[in-house]
Amino acid sequence: MTMREKIEEAAARYPDQRSAIMPALLIAQKEHGHLPGPLLEEVADILGVERIWVYELATFYTLFHTEPVGMFHLQLCDNISCMLCGSEDLLKHLETVLGIKRGDTTPDGLFTLSTVECLGACEMAPVMQVGDDYHGNLNVARINALLDSLRATVGRVASVEHASTRPPGE
Amino acid sequence: MFEPVLLKNIDAPDGHLLSTFEAGGGYRALAKALREYTPDEVVELVKRSNLRGRGGAGFSTGMKWSFVPKQTGKPKYLCCNADEGEPGTFKDRIIMERDPHQLVEGLAVSAYAIRAKTAYVYIRGEYVTAIRRLEQAIAEAHEKGYLGTGILGSDFNFAIHIHCGAGAYICGEETAMLESLEGKRAQPRLKPPFPAVAGLYASPTVINNVETLACVPHIVTRGPDWFRGIGPDKSPGPKLYCLSGQVHKPGLYELPMGIPLRELVEDHAGGPLPGRKIKAVIPGGVSAPVIPERGLDVGMDFDSLAAAGSMLGSAGVVVIDDSTCMVKVATRIIEFFHHESCGKCTPCREGLNWVVKVLRRIEAGDGAPGDLEQLDMLCKGIFGNTFCALGDGAAMGLQGRTRAFPR
Ligand SMILES: Cc1cc2nc3c(=O)[nH]c(=O)nc-3n(C[C@H](O)[C@H](O)[C@H](O)COP(=O)(O)O)c2cc1C
Ligand code: SF4
Ligand code: FES
Repeated sequence: MTMREKIEEAAARYPDQRSAIMPALLIAQKEHGHLPGPLLEEVADILGVERIWVYELATFYTLFHTEPVGMFHLQLCDNISCMLCGSEDLLKHLETVLGIKRGDTTPDGLFTLSTVECLGACEMAPVMQVGDDYHGNLNVARINALLDSLRATVGRVASVEHASTRPPGE
Repeated sequence: MFEPVLLKNIDAPDGHLLSTFEAGGGYRALAKALREYTPDEVVELVKRSNLRGRGGAGFSTGMKWSFVPKQTGKPKYLCCNADEGEPGTFKDRIIMERDPHQLVEGLAVSAYAIRAKTAYVYIRGEYVTAIRRLEQAIAEAHEKGYLGTGILGSDFNFAIHIHCGAGAYICGEETAMLESLEGKRAQPRLKPPFPAVAGLYASPTVINNVETLACVPHIVTRGPDWFRGIGPDKSPGPKLYCLSGQVHKPGLYELPMGIPLRELVEDHAGGPLPGRKIKAVIPGGVSAPVIPERGLDVGMDFDSLAAAGSMLGSAGVVVIDDSTCMVKVATRIIEFFHHESCGKCTPCREGLNWVVKVLRRIEAGDGAPGDLEQLDMLCKGIFGNTFCALGDGAAMGLQGRTRAFPR
């Protein structure tokens, strides 16, 4: 399905097109990684709604990114239960090993580091969300292993792409 | 021994599948409701059960449903509040991930009762697994005729749609949620009109929490007297408690309403971490004032906690031990509210800003005489003067913490 088709399918769930702006922005962000201005305008045009309505939502809700983020968005919870279970030390550790401050992206574009409010998974505090996945009961060793496995997936993606672009017979 | 009902399937490896749910008696409540009761009789059952909303405010569910006008030309809507943003709370996520059909059946029975044909489940966008599982459950239920048109041979038609949130705590406030569903910024609405009269698209709308809806099929199957027989009569039923923080066995526990907080923390959740002592417990998410160790004998129900100056809220029970500084806890919580303030009204937007400044100064060791008085004054300026309960919750929580730990 194209982005337009996905958005139109989502819009059919509501009696009013304006309600479909949020789902449409989630779809658009999933496809493009973030939401630059022209994409917001495209969403508005697909739904036939005012552009300002779309801008308004893209800037109000924190899950929408109008700026690019790294390939892996590390979202460490630092709310109450995670704080009580040591998230502050994990933040310091991440800042040290990645060489960036929270809110920043590594120069190679791999990791963006953020802190977020409660992820609703406090039973496994401290918790970090990476992409769609939750990683809980974290400590320094687990964070290191997680970063390694994320880097390894990039290696795999790159080598698969490389293999498929190689001419046959080589 | 108390027999869990809400978490019955929670450890089943395929608890999210229809086959598991049906094998455990699933969708029998829906069949029973459609066959044996009129919509009004279902409302009556729920009223008689004394079920009170599990989203935080503890309002009578049957009463809320009975405010929906019967004769209007407009469609009626059921909205499920699955935004679960209150720090310390994770019960709705676990229901949706591990036993999503329980919610689907709860939605269907409740929609029948209020004569709604459409429900929207507003789930926070971070809950990717829960969203997938619920989507799958809805599709399975459709295929089997538990949703759709002419459900189980009756003339009841009903569809469920999922609406993903995009990261704003305020969307959990019911009128802000309606604004968000209508594609606007999530800022609370003035009440009245109440949603039951003019809610989503200005139509009669009921908003209920995931756990509230999950209780409904059990009330239909086992009867209101069974429900009322568990815990205090005015605040009864099985209840999900979310245990987290500095405690030995964090996790989700299903136990009767009204269980003493001490028993919950010390017996069920295994007490403090080795070598530590409990200093205080937040009983119902961070909007609920903290309870110092000496107060732990309070019962975990709406009325007992209110009488103790706190609240059951979302039953997010956060345990704090003697290695932790209470000023730090207070600062972190107020920073949360400040960050999540929607900015619509001045006392909350500006007041919390000042509270954060004073608290950060105290935490840094630069407290000055008069700081506590100033915090108290700021809280009084916020409490009761804000548009929605976010500001109240922030002020009430802080006043509770300064009362319990005045240092
Ligand atoms: C700031 C704020 C946040 C809230 N967040 C939630 C939430 O995440 N989930 C929820 O069910 N109720 C939340 N509520 C309560 C809802 O407004 C509403 O009372 C509840 O969803 C009604 O459902 P119930 O009667 O089944 O409890 C919140 C209220 C406020 C003021
Ligand atoms: S109290 Fe805070 S969150 Fe509620 S409407 Fe006012 S500014 Fe918004
Ligand atoms: S406080 Fe971190 S997941 Fe809830």
